[in-house]
Amino acid sequence: MPTPTKGPRLGGSPAHQRLMLANLATSLFTHGRIRTTEAKARRLRPFAERLITKAKRGDLHNRREIQKVIRDKDVVHKLIAEIGPFFSDRNGGYTRIVKTMPRKGDNAQMAVIELIADKTVTAEAEAARRSRPAAAKAKESGPASQTAAEPAEGSEETAEATEAAETVSQTEAEPAEGSTETVEGEAKGEDDKS
Amino acid sequence: MAVPKRKMSRSNTRSRRAQWKTTAPHLVPCSNRACRQPKPQHVACPSCGQYDGRQVVAPA
Repeated sequence: MPTPTKGPRLGGSPAHQRLMLANLATSLFTHGRIRTTEAKARRLRPFAERLITKAKRGDLHNRREIQKVIRDKDVVHKLIAEIGPFFSDRNGGYTRIVKTMPRKGDNAQMAVIELIADKTVTAEAEAARRSRPAAAKAKESGPASQTAAEPAEGSEETAEATEAAETVSQTEAEPAEGSTETVEGEAKGEDDKS
Repeated sequence: MAVPKRKMSRSNTRSRRAQWKTTAPHLVPCSNRACRQPKPQHVACPSCGQYDGRQVVAPA
């Protein structure tokens, strides 16, 4: 049996929390990105991702399980027809929470929760490998790039040598600065005398 | 109902209020090279609207 969330419910009562989370999830799936308080976003995240997992299976049972939460049939259809298949290459982590500046009225911590629109790096790499076999040839040229990197290391050493030369020139410059200070001091002394 | 027996002295009032202090917010420069405005850490930049190279909120 799943343990209930610790601490107080959002909005005060379990029924209020259930309704709030359902409304937040509906808004998230219709708009793709919503701005809410950070506490609500953190509660919404696992709730919404569980719905997306159900939408990925997409059979009648899971459709009914989703409809227990989301009353709007347009949103249920969008979830199963568009959002579920879009995340087919992703195992969880369908949403992203980014903290934003606190709200003006009550200084509440705010956050933006959004459905992740861009594809994962591994999914993009696999798509590229399937579409372009020529990409494999580019990988073979990898050792050549490593040899190219070695002369670059040599150039870094020369850069260090030039830095050392600069420090030497700075030390040479310091006595010159000191001499100018002494000149100024003499000028001030003359002013005092006058 | 409990009521205060004595008037609170000006000294006591002022001693209490002397402990009301404020702290400076911890700000870091925005990681967006074009922006570099100070912002709270781990928060989308309020001046350019970016976080971690992504446009998150509308810039101010």
